[in-house]
Amino acid sequence: MPFTDNTQNAFENRRSLGMRILRRFHIDLSLLIYLMLLVSAGLFVLYSASDQNMELITRQGVRLSLAFVVMLAIAQFNPATIRFWAPWLFAIGLIMLIAVLAFGEMGKGAQRWLDLGFVRFQPSEIMKIAVPMMLAWYLAEAPLPPRGMRLIIALLIVVVPTLLVAKQPDLGTAILIASSGIFVLYLAGLRWRLIFYVVTLFAISTPLVWNYLLHDYQRNRVLTFINPQNDPLGAGYHIIQSTIAIGSGGAYGKGWLDGTQSHLDFLPERSTDFIYAVYAEEFGFLGTLVLLALYFLIISRGLIIASQAQDTFSRLLGGSLTLTFFVYVFVNIGMVSGLLPVVGVPLPLISYGGTSMVTLMAAFGILMSIQTHRKLISN
Amino acid sequence: MIRNLHGVRLKDHIREEQIFTTRLVIASIIAMALVTMLVLRLGYLQIINNQHYVSLSENNRVSLRPIPPTRGLIYDRNGVLLAQNLPSFTLELVTEHIDDLPETITKLRQLVKLTDDDITRFNKERRRKRRFEGIPLRFRLTDEEVARIASNQYRMPGVEIHARLARHYPLGKLASHAIGYVGRINERDLNNIDTSNYIGTSHIGKVGVEKSYENVLHGKVGLQRVETNAQGRILKVIERTLPIPGKNLFLNIDARVQAVAEEAFGENTGSLVALDPQTGAVLALVSMPTYDPNLFVNGLNNATFKLLRENKQRPLFNRAIRGQYPPGSTIKPFMGLAGLELDEIHDGESIKCPGWYMLKNDPRRYRDWKKRGHGDTDINRAIVESCDVYFYDLALTLGIDRMHQYMSAFGLGQKTGIDIQGELGALLPSSAWKRKTYQTAWYPGETLIAGIGQGFMLTTPLQLASAVATISEYGQRKKPRMIYAMQDANEEQHQIMQPVSQESVHIARRSNWQTIITAMEKVVTDPHGTARIISRNLKYTIAGKTGTAQVFGVKQDEEYDEKKISKKLRDHALFITFAPVEKPQIAVALIVENGGHGSTAAAPIARKVLDQYLLK
Repeated sequence: MPFTDNTQNAFENRRSLGMRILRRFHIDLSLLIYLMLLVSAGLFVLYSASDQNMELITRQGVRLSLAFVVMLAIAQFNPATIRFWAPWLFAIGLIMLIAVLAFGEMGKGAQRWLDLGFVRFQPSEIMKIAVPMMLAWYLAEAPLPPRGMRLIIALLIVVVPTLLVAKQPDLGTAILIASSGIFVLYLAGLRWRLIFYVVTLFAISTPLVWNYLLHDYQRNRVLTFINPQNDPLGAGYHIIQSTIAIGSGGAYGKGWLDGTQSHLDFLPERSTDFIYAVYAEEFGFLGTLVLLALYFLIISRGLIIASQAQDTFSRLLGGSLTLTFFVYVFVNIGMVSGLLPVVGVPLPLISYGGTSMVTLMAAFGILMSIQTHRKLISN
Repeated sequence: MIRNLHGVRLKDHIREEQIFTTRLVIASIIAMALVTMLVLRLGYLQIINNQHYVSLSENNRVSLRPIPPTRGLIYDRNGVLLAQNLPSFTLELVTEHIDDLPETITKLRQLVKLTDDDITRFNKERRRKRRFEGIPLRFRLTDEEVARIASNQYRMPGVEIHARLARHYPLGKLASHAIGYVGRINERDLNNIDTSNYIGTSHIGKVGVEKSYENVLHGKVGLQRVETNAQGRILKVIERTLPIPGKNLFLNIDARVQAVAEEAFGENTGSLVALDPQTGAVLALVSMPTYDPNLFVNGLNNATFKLLRENKQRPLFNRAIRGQYPPGSTIKPFMGLAGLELDEIHDGESIKCPGWYMLKNDPRRYRDWKKRGHGDTDINRAIVESCDVYFYDLALTLGIDRMHQYMSAFGLGQKTGIDIQGELGALLPSSAWKRKTYQTAWYPGETLIAGIGQGFMLTTPLQLASAVATISEYGQRKKPRMIYAMQDANEEQHQIMQPVSQESVHIARRSNWQTIITAMEKVVTDPHGTARIISRNLKYTIAGKTGTAQVFGVKQDEEYDEKKISKKLRDHALFITFAPVEKPQIAVALIVENGGHGSTAAAPIARKVLDQYLLK
């Protein structure tokens, strides 16, 4: 029937227009949709966690929009350009990290912030992207897996920024930076035996790190993790209250805005690092499964993109960024539910906070760039 | 591995991609395992242990807060208010709203008097309280201070004035030993109370009726289940059980009689107890000097307490129930009754009184108070003139153990069981008692002086009052009672307490009572009666007996001269009485410490009390 044909055509046309726009602006539709879903869910949770503070939601919304713009902007660049910028970005990041230690601003007992006059930010965030970029750039130049001097230099690229960040001290970010680097090495095919050595080295150095590198508050966190009841009103308070919040949520949760642990101030840091506890209290186990499913979709999309990438740099970088994102999710939910010690890792794209949001979206921008410039390369 | 011609490794893209893919798959598998761990952990928390955490979060959220009950009021028998609850204004600071605490305190210093003690206590309290809770800085603000703060409050955020109910005794020193007082709950109190009923209560009855009726006056604590946030701030009330206020008490005491009695003592120390013989109602319970119970409500400072403590007149000592005095000649009517009942003496039978008495084989002279003697004396005259020789003789005839038997029937030397705590039993000696206490035999000389209420014998004013009330009622005994009625706080109706009968004194012949009572009446009316001083303008009939109790012994060759010895060692003056004789309505026993003679120092006080009660 002609009538039907017409509509079919119109639909086809519109769809192809949409496709054209997506292609023109280098957008990966699945990733965009998953991210949008996650971010919107995050705003709802934050609305509850912040006790319906619209001002806070607006600020987060502005940050999110900015982060999306950054993501789309980065997606426009060819991976080759990104690759070109890798050493420069790493160098800038390293200089700023040293600058932070020299004359950074103090906040909550840690020296993390750098004030450039017009903008105030944490250089350690840059390193979350700069380290895997640098490493992927460096390793992709030579045959894999890396050996000899190349391997030692590669390790230094990971270790130096990690130690600088750990010194601030910011254990959460240091862990994320280290794992992003380690993922690149791992994906580059670092020998299992070497991986085993590295792990053993870590195990041996633990007492040294414990005694000389960790700050008192970090040691406390680990001790508290082992036995929260040790200090129920002090260091253990966070974990006890967050497990109560999660556990009391039950299968279906207490309902949005109805979490008593969250709204009666029992839960500390509930709009930032502990926001998952608010979510779990209000939406229960079912909500948790939904949230994990969303993260699963994003991560699997990232892994697919990485596996389809056409050059070594893109593969290594894409795989590392995606796996680091997984570490984010795992460490955060693990610590809030008492499975891991408390380290300052936010729940990605849901926790309130600025810099990490931009870095995360920048990483997704890189993934989109890798995915959307693929065909152009093959052409 | 691919190498170029020079042996240098070359990139093998296909192999690199293979390795990458394998590694990615392994990573994904590990990631899935970790996610499974997370899911198991969360399932464990949310599904398996859900109930446990639900109750933990409920405990977090909901807490029980007490609502203290209002303490019952105390009235006298005519409804005169003796103890009430008044709003007491407290200056409190909520540190949450104060930016500069030292500055605020400096400002407040200009408005109210703040001592260093106040500041110290404030700082101590501050450590225990939450930021949003008011911390008291000054108690008991005057109206003027309240006004001054109120008009400056707008420029001092966080400064609040709170009205709390505090016990107040409007009549001050009046009847303080009967009413008692409340004070802050201390460690010792905590052992004796149901602490769950006292959460939220700060004060507790310490002595007097306030203490003995504590469980009636206090009431029952109310509770509210409230939702609180992590800082403990109350957000809403979920459920409320209202407190049950304490019952109001109506004392048997007549505040006017009490006032007259206290005033009549003047500067003297001593005690007076007035009872209604028919019911045992305590109409007045006087112990002089008294003290102001209001001092104790908010805690005495050390200086005041020391002053009260070390005062030689011992104002805190409740003489009416704890003061142990030799009864002196007031014992004589009881002695006479025993003699008559045991047929050892008879009305109209006389002995000769030369002014002294001697035992066989004992060179000691037992003197009469009247040096020249009373001449021919029968029981009637012996009581009217208070002849000692007659009672020496009677005592010897009766023997200490028969005396003990009859005196104890009147409750002398035993606790009366009055409804105030701390009563002492005093002492009614017997040969068995002496053997037990001193491991020695009882000597006849001791019997003689016991016959005139000296020696070992000790009684409290309350016991004497109860005993004389028993005479007036021909042996019917009622337990002395402080409380006339109770009243639930929200009801009009009074619950009137029934008199409690005690085992009556069994005297076979009614005429024996009459003989004694007639003699006691003549103590007042007879021209030779020792209490004739109070017979002027008498509009009702009185029966009474004076007594003078030695404080220290006069040696054989010495004369007791009242003027020569210090006031502290002077004799105690006693008087027991009841009136009207035909239908007794009031019985009184009183002692004026170091007052000299019962006739002059004690009897007039009794007359004033009787006049007040019977005529006004």
